[in-house]
Amino acid sequence: MDHPSFVHHAVLLSLALFGLGTLGVFLRRNVITVLMSIELMLNGANLAFVAFSRAAGTLDGQVLVFFVMVVAAAEAAVGLAIVIALHRHKDTLDIDAFNVMKG
Amino acid sequence: MFEDPVLNVLPFAVLLLPLGGFIVLALFGDWIKKDEEEQGACWLACATVVSAFALAVFTTVRLYGLASGAEGLRFSQPYLGFEWIAVGSFRVPINLLIDPLSSVMMLVVSGISAVIHVYSVGYMAHDEDKVRFFSYMNLFVFFMLLLVMGGSLPLLFVGWEGVGLCSYLLIGFWYRKDSASAAGLKAFVVNRIGDAGLILGMIFIFHAFGSLDLVDIADNAGALAPEALWQWGPVTIACLLLFLGAIGKSAQIPLHVWLPDAMEGPTPVSALIHAATMVTAGVYLVARLGPLFHQSETAMLVVAVTGAVTALMAGTIAIVQTDIKRVLAYSTVSQLGFMFLAAGMGAFGVAVFHLYTHAFFKALLFLGSGSVIHAMSGEQDMRRMGGLRKKVPWTYVTFLIGTLAIAGIPPLAGFFSKDEILLSALHNPTLFGIALFTALLTAAYMARLLFLTFFGEFRGGHDAEHHLHESPWSMLVPLVLLALGSIGAGFLKVPHVVQSVFRLPEPHLPHVAWLPAVATLTGVVGILIAWYLYLAMPELRGSLAQPLRPALRVFAAKYFFDHVYDGFVRHVVIGGSDRLLWKRVDEGVIDGAVNGAGSLTRAFAETLRPVQTGFVRHYVLLVLAGAVAVVYYLLASAERLAP
Repeated sequence: MDHPSFVHHAVLLSLALFGLGTLGVFLRRNVITVLMSIELMLNGANLAFVAFSRAAGTLDGQVLVFFVMVVAAAEAAVGLAIVIALHRHKDTLDIDAFNVMKG
Repeated sequence: MFEDPVLNVLPFAVLLLPLGGFIVLALFGDWIKKDEEEQGACWLACATVVSAFALAVFTTVRLYGLASGAEGLRFSQPYLGFEWIAVGSFRVPINLLIDPLSSVMMLVVSGISAVIHVYSVGYMAHDEDKVRFFSYMNLFVFFMLLLVMGGSLPLLFVGWEGVGLCSYLLIGFWYRKDSASAAGLKAFVVNRIGDAGLILGMIFIFHAFGSLDLVDIADNAGALAPEALWQWGPVTIACLLLFLGAIGKSAQIPLHVWLPDAMEGPTPVSALIHAATMVTAGVYLVARLGPLFHQSETAMLVVAVTGAVTALMAGTIAIVQTDIKRVLAYSTVSQLGFMFLAAGMGAFGVAVFHLYTHAFFKALLFLGSGSVIHAMSGEQDMRRMGGLRKKVPWTYVTFLIGTLAIAGIPPLAGFFSKDEILLSALHNPTLFGIALFTALLTAAYMARLLFLTFFGEFRGGHDAEHHLHESPWSMLVPLVLLALGSIGAGFLKVPHVVQSVFRLPEPHLPHVAWLPAVATLTGVVGILIAWYLYLAMPELRGSLAQPLRPALRVFAAKYFFDHVYDGFVRHVVIGGSDRLLWKRVDEGVIDGAVNGAGSLTRAFAETLRPVQTGFVRHYVLLVLAGAVAVVYYLLASAERLAP
């Protein structure tokens, strides 16, 4: 049997991971770092899923985590391909350089 | 009604012979015609129509032989064995209707066509396009026979549109002449107005009866409630719409304007299509649906008044025309008015009787005028003719017979039918007066035509006089045949023959002893007036024209119908399209709506534009804010739902 405050601690940790990821997305300028920060956010969410799943005694949350992992893998593949394309195009990875969609 | 295997096939043979002629000529005509003078194609066309006539005679004889002494109602409905249209309760089988009325029409159409085809061989001998001419003529005969033999309104309508097409093609036969192609277009467009009425009328009839079969309509019409004067029931509306179609086809006021212009076509076309057969289709339609028209007093009055007014107006125009064919054209309009007058008076049989006699003498007159034009090498102006009596004796004699027939001199054909029309109009003094005066005009303008053309001195100059020649025998034989018809046709009592078709008791026309005498006298007086003014005392014309000048000016301007239509088209249709529909509706409303939708979108986009900053962080912020909002909403609603 888990410690009663197990879910509490797990959610706090997942919140910390998610917050770190969010800050990374907002503050870092390098596109690759931003992508890594997004991975951090996803894993924060995964942790919360697993914790709640464990506490509730069902497998739903863990199944969802596998989905998120698959999507994250696909996202990483496509995202890095886009990063390469961007780098070829602009010769930089500064995220503020890509503003052609400005209205 | 009875079954007869031969009668189930023969009418289709009558119908399909001219169609076959058309197909052969259209596909292989140039191959048959080896050189300019080759006439094999022409004789092929004649052969199909002559054999169609022979089969028509055989059909009629057999029908009457089988039904002799039987009940009054005698008809046969051959059926080809398949349906043309079958949609729900709307069914149109390919069936023909052979009864006394369509027998008369079938014989008139095929007979007159046969004679005119033979005439055309001589008339068109020097035309390089004669194969095209004869293929159109054969096609016309097919459609006209379909019109008079079709057993239902849709089949009749196919024939109706088909003859309209052939009329257009043949009016504009000499298409290199601007006036000819313009006249063809005019005929086509004016006829469309009437045809729209015919279609609407058919829809109304189907709505009222659930059937478009001519026999069904005639059988059931008697059961409908009669509609009094100015009572706008379904029968009245249906009849008036159908009559609009009849007005267009039969050139009645106000849609008569196309017929005089149609004289641009070759003269045999004028004789066949625009005098003897096609233009009588409207009369046939009204007579065919006589039982229906009879149920509506309003429709009958409209038919009678339209006919009387047209007869009078066209007669007055005819007396001032100088083109020989235009006199005859207005005469045709006037005589068609006579037919409608009789039909409107309830004497449908009499209308068909006049249709039948008129076919003979008007075809004769047109062919005679064609012979004159042929002799004059194309000149149509009567002021350049005169004294042709001795140069073209055969044409003169036959033309004289035609003139006397149309003037109503006994015992020629026109006398009998005109007498019966006057008799049927007797109980309405106004219409009777108009009819009698028009009869006087008829005699006068025809005598004027005769005197200007064949009497007096030749006014065309020496060269033309030198060229004068009598027409070849292929043109004279038809003239003689038609002259014989004009003499004898009146002795067949057509009103009695066709009466059973109308499902009405034979009208008891009183025996008025003085009427034939008055009618004859009217004709004689008309001829005498013309003789007095054009031969005896020509100088009197000038002094008489002075006080009558305003009236003559109106006649010469044809009652300004063309001016009014021209003004209407020019100012209302074209001007309205230009200034209102184009500049206001199209550019203003429609383009405005399209451009307005565009600029509205643009303005909306303009206000939302600043949201797109181009900075990825801003987008992420918005996504985050959205996610927070969604989560907040979910939590808040979960709290509300909690107990």
